[in-house]
Parts: sequence; structure tokens; C-alpha cells
Amino acid sequence: MMMQHLPILQVILPLLAAPFAALASRRHWAWHLTLVATAGAFAISLLLLATILRTGTPIIYDLGGWPAPIGIVYVIDSASAFVLPVVSGIGFIATLAARHLVIAEIDARDHPLFFAAWLLTLAGMLGQVTTGDAFNIFVFLEISSLSGYALVAMGAGRDRRALPAAFNYLILGTVGATFYVIGLGLLYMLTGTLNLADLSVRLADVENLRPAYVALAFIALGLFLKMALFPLHLWLAPAYSHAPSAVTALMAATATKVSVYVLIRILFGVFGFEFPYMTQAVGGLLLTLGLLGAFVGTFAAIVETDLKRLFAQSSIAQLGYMAIGLGIMTSAGIAASFIHLFNHALMKGALFLALGVIAAQTTHLSLHTIKGAGRQIPMTMTAILLGGLALIGVPLTAGFISKLYLIRALIDSGLWAIAAVTFVSSALALVYVWKIVEHAWFTERPENAPVLTETPGQWAQAWILVLATIGFGIYAGPLVEAAFGAAQVFGPDIIQATQTIEGLQIIEGLEGQE
Amino acid sequence: MENIETLIYLLLGLPLLAAANTLLLARFENLRDGQAVLLGLVTAGCAYALYTSSTPVPETVTLVQIAPQLTLTFTPEPLGMLFALVAGSLWPLATLYTIGYMRGAGEKNHTRFMFFYAIAIHAAMAIALSGNLLTLFVFYEVLTFSTYPLVTHKGTPEAKQAGRIYLGILVTSSVVFLLFGVISVWMLAGTLDFASGGILADRMNPAYVPLLLGLFAFGIGKAALMPLHRWLPAAMVAPTPVSALLHAVAVVKAGVFSMLKISIYIFGIDFLAATNASDWLVWVAAFSILAASIVALSKTNLKARLAYSTISQLGYIVLGAALASPLAASGAALHIATHAAGKITLFFCAGAIYVAHHLSDIRDMDGLGRRMPITFSAFALGALSIIGVPPLAGAWSKLMLMGGAMQSEFLIIIFLLAVSSLLNLVYLGEIVLRAFFKSGAHSEGAMAEAPWACIVPLVVTALMSLGLFFAVDNFVLEFGGK
Repeated sequence: MMMQHLPILQVILPLLAAPFAALASRRHWAWHLTLVATAGAFAISLLLLATILRTGTPIIYDLGGWPAPIGIVYVIDSASAFVLPVVSGIGFIATLAARHLVIAEIDARDHPLFFAAWLLTLAGMLGQVTTGDAFNIFVFLEISSLSGYALVAMGAGRDRRALPAAFNYLILGTVGATFYVIGLGLLYMLTGTLNLADLSVRLADVENLRPAYVALAFIALGLFLKMALFPLHLWLAPAYSHAPSAVTALMAATATKVSVYVLIRILFGVFGFEFPYMTQAVGGLLLTLGLLGAFVGTFAAIVETDLKRLFAQSSIAQLGYMAIGLGIMTSAGIAASFIHLFNHALMKGALFLALGVIAAQTTHLSLHTIKGAGRQIPMTMTAILLGGLALIGVPLTAGFISKLYLIRALIDSGLWAIAAVTFVSSALALVYVWKIVEHAWFTERPENAPVLTETPGQWAQAWILVLATIGFGIYAGPLVEAAFGAAQVFGPDIIQATQTIEGLQIIEGLEGQE
Repeated sequence: MENIETLIYLLLGLPLLAAANTLLLARFENLRDGQAVLLGLVTAGCAYALYTSSTPVPETVTLVQIAPQLTLTFTPEPLGMLFALVAGSLWPLATLYTIGYMRGAGEKNHTRFMFFYAIAIHAAMAIALSGNLLTLFVFYEVLTFSTYPLVTHKGTPEAKQAGRIYLGILVTSSVVFLLFGVISVWMLAGTLDFASGGILADRMNPAYVPLLLGLFAFGIGKAALMPLHRWLPAAMVAPTPVSALLHAVAVVKAGVFSMLKISIYIFGIDFLAATNASDWLVWVAAFSILAASIVALSKTNLKARLAYSTISQLGYIVLGAALASPLAASGAALHIATHAAGKITLFFCAGAIYVAHHLSDIRDMDGLGRRMPITFSAFALGALSIIGVPPLAGAWSKLMLMGGAMQSEFLIIIFLLAVSSLLNLVYLGEIVLRAFFKSGAHSEGAMAEAPWACIVPLVVTALMSLGLFFAVDNFVLEFGGK
């Protein structure tokens, strides 16, 4: 009977655990409670994914027994089941690491509040993915964002710049959420419903579409802001670099990804490929901004010397690639974005968790800090190296799979020039990753530099994600299938794409017989 | 007869085993280095067994399926088996030489060096036996990254700068052009498997073939086709064993081998010939051959001169691929083997001179031949083979390339090859003449050769150049042609 209620348990578990964590009288209790809640959430999301992969039919959960469109529904389909384990899995592993990172970086009195905000953020993100109701998305968006601002601000204990960064993040994040809800209001006015599935059906019957164009513009802009798409990305680097290390790892790996998911849901699930201006305006905008973001982020990372900022800038570039995938406006492109969403969560999670090991020991985490560190903290630096190689897209890492399918989707649609430019920007990632390699391994450690240390308890969480990055780089079949399955939720042309692949296989088979 | 599958696993696995042992035995120097030589010899034996095994049907070993249609697969075919034999048989010699050199020249970090050396050979073997373009690409990148620590081995600012150029050119070209080419082939042909006769004929608009070929020619930076050659002279900052095995044999040959393999098994010689798609590449390769030879003339650092000579000789193999005639392809394949034996000898000699006398400038080597007669005799043999003088192996491959140019009706190329041989004679002959017939600051004194571990390998490889001339029948491969 529990199985039936999994969709709601996915969200309610971390949500309910949050107040208890806040009330915990001893700081260990807060962490233990968080660990149990995130482990539970991860287990639930894996169960949901397994169920969806086995049956192939979506699970619709009527909240409070009220059927849609009157009540709110939670929908677990191939797309949401794909994203849930990413969020909850990273949440679980980041919680594992949070124990030592939070002890090192945050005042002991604040631990219960920290973990309460942590759980709320997770619950908000999981809620955005599970819900099938557009306004409910807004509610969860605010839950995750508000607690996220608090988490970033908690970096102030070590670095006062966390406060302006959190404030900036709050202002821009609120603008984004407001834009979303304005757009949603227009849609509600046009259709009288907030259920995502219902919206897409009723939108087809709307005669005067002009307000819908405005709604699309508002919602897209709001979500562009939340996913830090160039040029609306300026909040991201300060927020990530001044937040506590555990928060950076959690948010960099999941927060923007959930916004990408919501964008996919609204663009393709509600408006659909056929919606006027979709391909030309929205697609063209996503391609352009994605490409620009890829270059701007990469160049910013190349000149950056602060390591957390460096990888934050790289995130902007990587989000650019996801935007490019969506901008192609085919299911193959959406699948490529889903693949990269997953892989990038692994890579960035690994990188920021590994950086956390060093950040916990120094006040300022720059290239200078890691000079010659390759011998002092080999496991941590190797994790950063492997994560960096994955960012470049070196074969046998997950990043290569991402790049392969993104480029393939571009070429499939005849976008050769964009494919070529994407290649160039991905190759430039080598420059910023190699700065780190040269500093860590091929430079002597300065005499007066503090001795860095590492213990297996500190680097193990990063290595779980590193190994996953390599594992999904060598054996990506299930991931690719699941991502194409997720993309299939939104469009018809995926069927054509697979048909051509199968067609080719048939041709080969015939030739083999001759 | 032999079990092909086992041989494939052994060829891929033995270098990895050597690398693992290197780490485990880091504390016992002699044991650590001895096992590498021993495993190298076994690898060479396996490569020979694979090369001589006659299999009518190619056998395939699929290691892992990465994603639908994407597998890491190994399929030995004649060209790959030849390259595996070349890399495999020179590896134990180079390892023995490394021991003599690294200890003689007082280099540090031996374990790291030996580890990445073995990994690089593993990657070269995987490239040689690769059964599809994806496998080739994956291990091409593994080879790049595994040789980077060897290039920057010294850790000096100069070495780091060289490492940046090395990675910058090789990774950028491969990621931007080669991968683009690979994905394009995947799109066009729906498969990435190498197949005799190629897989692209009738699958693409002939007008775009030159463009696709260009993606490969300039994507495979390891082939050092001008203007992507800068990394090779830069890499000469590495200890000489690296220059010898990797930057005269494994790495650069992996580049030209890939180029040749792609033109034969992806495009197909007939398809290239029919579309005239590779005509432009003939001229680019010809330019690379001549220009690099002329630059070599101006270099007085021995390793720099040898590096430009290598660039020029790699041009021969690209030329062989571009000429798109069966004889030229066979000549290019043979040139992989003959140039490897010759050039590794020259680099071994350069290293031996450095170990024994700490000399690297050609002008300081006047009269040195009298003090290092074995080294310079071997150098002379290697040089003659590169120039293409019978009875040394290089003569055959040049002859076949000229024949190939005739087949493809590029008569002017024959003239160009002759001019290039003349240039080789000048810049390599100068060194031999100085060493034996002039006298200078270092000509007086007793005989002073490098340690035996350096001398034995260079004598063996010099004799290989000689032996190959007479045994050439076994190394001429037949490709395509209807």
C-alpha cells in the first residue's frame, strides 16, 4: 500500500523532516535525521524510476483524493522519474559530506537551522519535479529558493561576502519567480486551469493567442533566470563561491537542473513544439543564448583564479549546452539535455565536494592554495582532475557521452555550424582545467604554504560521484535509453529519429546478408 | 592455429600489467624495470604471433557496449597487426634503453615515468587493434593524456610550456575536428565499424568528401601534418626515451596509422580515387614533406633536427594515404615499419650521445665518431635507411610510394620524393660526416660509449633496418584495388 503513496512520500519525507531537524537539540541529531530523510528520498526515487522503467506507464497521484483538474496531481512519468534520482541522489551524497564540511565551516549553534533549510531546499526541488500542477511548481520553487537564500547566507560565518551574494540571489531569484507566476496568471486567465496536462489540451482551443505569447515570454524569462542562462547568470558565481562548500555542491549539482527540467515541462509539455513562434523565437533564443553562455562562462573560467568561482563559471557554460539541446527543438535535443543534466550533476557534485575538502582547511581557495597539492592530497586532487576531464568531455567519462549526443542532435537537425562552434567551446574547457593540473602537479609547493590534509572520510563522497562519472562514461546504455525515454514524453519526432536509426540497422542487416 | 582472442587480450593487457607492476614494485628498482622489459618481450612475441597468424575471417572482441551503436571493439586487420608488431617489438628495446638512459642521465621520478610509458604503449596497442572509429578515438585521447606527464617530466617552466603546446594542439585538434569527423561518419554511415573497401561510398554526397577528409587530416594532430606540427618539436624537451619510442614510433605512428586506416577502411581507396577527394591532401602532404626537411636543415640541436625529419617522414605516410592507389597505401604501411626502425635508432643514438658526453648540438659533435664508433655506426645505418639507400629498409617503402604516385598519375610527386631524399641526405649525412671526418673539441680521448643498456637497443634497431630490407616480403600488405 505504501507503494501507491510513493509520489507524495518523495516530497513529504524531507519536508516533514525539516522542522524536526530545526528542533533538534544536539547538532548530531540534525545531521542524522537529515541523512535518514535524504536516504529515504533517494530510495523512493529509485523505486519510482524502477517502476516506471518496468511498466512504462505514468503514475498519477491525486492529492487528497481529488482528481485533476480540480485537485492537485503528482505525476511520475519517464521524465520526472529520470530527474528525481539525480536530485535526491546528489542530496544524499552531499548530506554524507555535509557532516565534515558543516562542522568545519558553520557555527555549531546554527547546525539545526542549517539542516532544516537544507531539507526544505531538497523538498522544494523534489516537489517541482513531481508535481503536475503549474502553480504547485511555483510554490515549491519558492520553498527551495527561500531556503536556498538562507543556505547561501550561512556562508557569512567565514566570508562576509556571502551576505551580499545571498541578497543578490534573493532579488534576482524573486524576479524570476515573479515572472513565472505572472506568465502563469495569463495562462490561467486564458484556460481556467493550472493542471499541466489540462493546460496543454485547453491551450490548443484558445483562439486569441496573443496573451499566451506574453505568458510564454514571462515564463521562459523567469525560468532562464532561475537556470542562470546567459545573460541572466550574474547571481550564480557569487552565490556559489561564497556559500558553504556543502551548499555549493548541492546547489551546483541540482538547483539549476531542476529549473531546466521545469522549463522543459512548460515549453514542451504545455506549449508544445507546434506552438507558434516556438521553433523560431524560443528555439533560436535558446540556441543563441546557450552558445553565448558557453563561451562567456568558459572564458570567465579561464581567467578566474578563485577555484569555486572558476567552476561556477564553468557551470554557466554547461547550462549553455543544456539550453542548446533544448533549442534544437527535437526530442533528440531534449534527450541530449537530459543526458547532460544527469552527467553534469555528477561532475559538478564531485568537483565541489572535492573542493570542499580543501576549502574547509583554508580561508581563500585559489589556484595559489593548491600549488603542489597533488602530492599532499592526492585523492582529492585526482578527483578534481577526473571531474575536470569529464567537463572537457574526454572519452571514457560521462562528459564525452553528453557531448556525443548533443552534437549528434545538432547534426541531425542540420545545425552544422552550431555543432562546430560547440566543439570549439568545449575544447576551451581544457584551458581552465589544465591551469589546475599544472598548479597541483607540476609546480613545487611553496615553502611557507600550510600543509593540506585529507582523510578517506573527507574525499570518499566526492569519489563516489567521480566513479559514477567514469562508470556512466563507459557504460552509458541504460542512461541514454532512460534519457530518450524521458524526452519521448514531450514529442512525437523522437519516434522518427529512432526509426531512422533502426532503418539504418535494417539496411546494414540486409547488406550483411548479401 | 593460435587463439586470436587471447592474443588480443594479451596485447592490451600486458602493458597494463607492466604499469600496475611498476607501481607495486616502485621500491625495488631493478625488479620494477626488469619486469617491464620481460613483459615487453612477451608483448613483442604476442604481436609477432598475431601478425603471422593467418585468419581468413577477422575475429572481433567487444570489450564493452558504451551505448547503443557505440562499442569498444577490437578487430585485428593486417595494417593494425603491422602497427602492433612495430610498437610491440620496439617497446622492450626502448624500455631497456630507458633504464640505461634514466639512470645514466640522472633523471628523477622513474616510477611515474615507467608507469605512463607502459600506459602509452597500451593505448598504442588499442589504437592498432581498434575495430571501429570510436575505439580508435577513445584510445587516441588516452594516448595524448598518458604521454603528457612524460613530456612535462622535468617540471621546468620550459617543459610545462612544451606540455601546454602538446596538449593544446593535440586535444584541440582531436576534439574539434576528429570528433566532428567521427560523429559525421556515424551520422552518414550509421555505423563506425572499419570495413574493407570503406563504409562511406554511396552514403554521402561526393562534393563533401574532401571536407570530411579534411576533418580527419587536421583532426589527427598526431600525424603532425603542417601546420599542426608544432607540438612535436616542443615535445623534444622530454627525456630521449620518450622522443625515441613515442615521438618517433608510438604516438606519431598512431597518428599516421589512424590516417591510413581511416582512408582505407572508412573512406575506401577506390572511393577516394573515384571522387578525387584526396587530391588536395597530396599537395598539403607534399608541402609538409619539403618544408619540414628545409626547417630540419636549419636546426643545429640534434633532437630538433630529428623531430623535423620525423614531420617530413610522416608526410610520406599521409601522402601514401592521399594518393589513393593500392601501391601507395602499401608503401605507406611499409613506411610505418621502416621509418620506425630507422628513426628510433637515430633517437637512441642522440640519447646515448647525451648520456655519455652531455652534448646535444650538432656542431659540438665533430670527431665524436672516433670516441663512440658503435653509436655513430648505428646512426649511419639509421640515417641511410631514412634517406632510402639500399640495402636498408627505407629504400623499399620510398620505391613503393613512388610507384604509387605513378599509379595515381601524380608524376611530379616522384620528382618531389627524390628532392626530399636529397634533403635527407644533406641534413642527416652532415651529422655522420662531422662525427667521422672532422675533428673538434670532443674528438680526442679514449673510447667512451654510453652504458650497455643504451648501446644494445640501438645496435639491435640498426640491424633491424638492415634485416627489414631482406625480409621485406613479409611486411608488404595488399589493400583494396578492384
